[in-house]
Amino acid sequence: MIHVNPTTPELAFSMRGISKTFGSVLANENIHFEVRKGEIHALLGENGSGKSTLMNILSGIYQPDDGIIEVNGVEKIFHSPIDSISSGIGMVYQHFMLAEPLTAGENIAAGTKGFFLNRKTDSRTIREFSEKYGMEIDPDKLTHQLSVSEKQTVEILKVLYRGARILVLDEPTAVLTPQEIRRLFIVLRKMRESGCSIVFISHKLNEVMDLCDRVTVLRKGRSIETCNIADINSYDLVEKMVGRKVDLSIDRPLPRPDGTECLLVENMSLHDENGYKKLNRISFSLRHGEILGVAGLAGGGQKELCEAVAGIIPIDEGKIIFDGTNISGKSPREIIRLGVSMSFIPEDRLGMGLVASMDIADNILLKDYAFQKGPFLHTAEVRKKAEQIVEDLDIMTPGIFHPVRKLSGGNIQKVILGREINLSPKLLITAYAVRGLDINSSYTIYNLLNEQKKKNVAILYIGEDLDVLLELCDRIMVLFAGEITGIVDAGSATKEEIGQMMSGTKLADVVGGGKHVSNR
Amino acid sequence: MFRIAKKDDLPKWKSMLIRIASVFVGLILSGLVIVPLGYNPVTTFSALFGGAFGSSSALITTIKIAIPLSITALGLAVAFRMKFWNIGGEGQILMGCVFATYISHQMPQSTNGVVLIVLMGVAGFFGGAVWALIPGVFRVYFRTNETLFTLMMNYIALFIVQYLHFVLWRNPASHGFPGIKAIPLQAHLPKIFGIHIGWIIALFLAALVFLLIRKTKLGYEIRVVGESEPTANYAGMNVKKVMLTGIMLSGGIVGLAGMIKLTGDVYTLSPDITGNAGFTAIVIAWLSNLSAPVIMFVSILIAALEQGSQIIQIKSGGSAAVTGIIQGLILMSALGAEFFLRYRVVRRKRYVQANHPVTGEISGTAEQPSSENMEQKDKQQIADDANHVSEGSEVVPEGDAK
Repeated sequence: MIHVNPTTPELAFSMRGISKTFGSVLANENIHFEVRKGEIHALLGENGSGKSTLMNILSGIYQPDDGIIEVNGVEKIFHSPIDSISSGIGMVYQHFMLAEPLTAGENIAAGTKGFFLNRKTDSRTIREFSEKYGMEIDPDKLTHQLSVSEKQTVEILKVLYRGARILVLDEPTAVLTPQEIRRLFIVLRKMRESGCSIVFISHKLNEVMDLCDRVTVLRKGRSIETCNIADINSYDLVEKMVGRKVDLSIDRPLPRPDGTECLLVENMSLHDENGYKKLNRISFSLRHGEILGVAGLAGGGQKELCEAVAGIIPIDEGKIIFDGTNISGKSPREIIRLGVSMSFIPEDRLGMGLVASMDIADNILLKDYAFQKGPFLHTAEVRKKAEQIVEDLDIMTPGIFHPVRKLSGGNIQKVILGREINLSPKLLITAYAVRGLDINSSYTIYNLLNEQKKKNVAILYIGEDLDVLLELCDRIMVLFAGEITGIVDAGSATKEEIGQMMSGTKLADVVGGGKHVSNR
Repeated sequence: MFRIAKKDDLPKWKSMLIRIASVFVGLILSGLVIVPLGYNPVTTFSALFGGAFGSSSALITTIKIAIPLSITALGLAVAFRMKFWNIGGEGQILMGCVFATYISHQMPQSTNGVVLIVLMGVAGFFGGAVWALIPGVFRVYFRTNETLFTLMMNYIALFIVQYLHFVLWRNPASHGFPGIKAIPLQAHLPKIFGIHIGWIIALFLAALVFLLIRKTKLGYEIRVVGESEPTANYAGMNVKKVMLTGIMLSGGIVGLAGMIKLTGDVYTLSPDITGNAGFTAIVIAWLSNLSAPVIMFVSILIAALEQGSQIIQIKSGGSAAVTGIIQGLILMSALGAEFFLRYRVVRRKRYVQANHPVTGEISGTAEQPSSENMEQKDKQQIADDANHVSEGSEVVPEGDAK
């Protein structure tokens, strides 16, 4: 379904010859990017290919070193995001930027004309406005009561309400269930029909193939190609993104039949510091040599689950049993002292697992120093270990004294993974292990996890890409609002079923469900 | 059109050179300011330099000023490492002096000097530590803002000392004048090379702080906690304990600075004993990037400015305002250098690439720039830059460049 009118390919905006450097890094180099009126244009590229830099230039956050931006055929220089917004460009970021204490309607109306807010009339106009695009939202709902997909709707309405005719959506589907994604696509198509232009940034090729009219591929800061979606298939797209052919299948070695139980969680509940219940009576088990995937929407309790098992946050009730030892209520150091070897790779690597400004050696030290004798640090062995990890995992770095924040996302992930694997854990917990990694690095990580699995390590894999979860894991547990909605065998479950469970349907009630119930 | 861009890290020698050069830039700038005011910059600066380093007595005075400054900065740097913004140096110095003075008053007259000095040192450390721990405990357990808290603690300490000065510890032998009894003679710090041994203590403390931060487990924990509390938690550190230990050390060292000034220099506790060291040391700690060895050098520089300025006032009859201008400009360029070490100013170039297809064909396949095109583009850019002209070309529909 190509909606481009072939006789008048009128441009909504064009960016020509855009270059931008950060220090010595060339983030954008002579990029050409043009979007027509009334089209959905995909912007594809691996991490570090310059997508976000380009979009930050379009939104006025960065000023380009070089190049021209034209909106509706008129050259513009954006000194700040205000200039970009007033040119009709609207950004919907992956991380929502809503004022929590306000209602949905106030968030939409804030920053528009007029000094006073009038909740009643605003509500009505916003309701009418949203219905025009086929979006439904209750403007009087408070922001913190909104679901993730509703928040996204508010974000989209916010930019449309300010008169945006060009919408940039940065990975809008990353936080949605398959069902919500379908609904979003309907809205986006409707917007296209009304003449809006949409820049759609996504890693998921099937979505791009399904939704978009044209695609521009970036690689290493350059624009590689712009073409019609109808003229290309997803394999060629990957090749253009990565620069060579890539095999996209993931191995799944069979779990050992003799795998004994490694982790048993029984009726675990906990609340956060504000008193909100985050996990409610969670029970599951995990065997040695098995990968248990955890799926769920953002904020479904995955983070709390990991941190509770790792001993970082306290639990209210329930039991965590590791190889027969009860570790509930123990601190991370007490857990290690008990002889329990467990590794946890948190979601926010630079914020929690690593010290960004320290070098690789000092970061390797993080898990070792406490068990050294005496008050002084012994750095010699750690340096040797660091060298070993850099070599084994093929970490690209000028040396072990290089600060980790200066490494690329994939190499940062390898540093922490290397440190944790080096402890030869029996249980490995990884939260969003491939988030922010390019395709190559992601596959390296999957292989490393599979190697650990073959070494009989039990792995709890928190993931977000359902395709990967279904291919990599042995079983998948789905969390919704802090509760388990079901545990299924990854070999036979479908994306649709998991999607239903992610939005709160219990496994027993899932359409066509029941037959995939995990054997345990 | 200019904008500011981040710079890559410079090699160490280069950034050191820029920092030193910045001091000279400050001198030139202040020269430009004082000439129109009728001062001869050459005589003024030579008086400044001579006043600070010119004679052995000048050098001794400079070092004497630098001693409490450097020790205070060392202490503050420990807290700053943990992102605990200890603005309470003044109060911690004062309380160190109060505790040390109390010991000197309580001990019998016949106490051995070494014993007395050691006891006063312990008391000074304790006084500063307590004064830092009070806001520290509130910060760690109740998440109060330590910047305001430590600042307010300065005034409480100041008023306590004033009360002691005017009322409680008022010396009956002073014929009605306010004042606290001086510490006994045997508590005066001995001198080596004409300067009280505070300079040796300062060097020793610098080495100690350096070792603590770089080579000990506690120092490692302090660094990790300062960078990221969640990471410290994740690694199994007891964040509260680490913070409180660090804050105690910080306050204690600052308190020790007060005790050393008391026993080495002024011998009597008074409300103005700090000489603003608690605030000046904040600047020193940051100018030194919290590095212990660098703190020693920067302290000498700041002390030289203070001492030299006083000499200018005496020798060349310059008013206090002029020396203030010189001090301010030198400090300003030193701080400005930090900016230029991290950022650079770039001129925005713009050029129009003449040979790129602008509106995509219906098939939409954009032409990939060939190497030949690239070369042409570069030439085009060079030409544009050379002529300082960037002009719209025919392929740009309405591109009226500039």
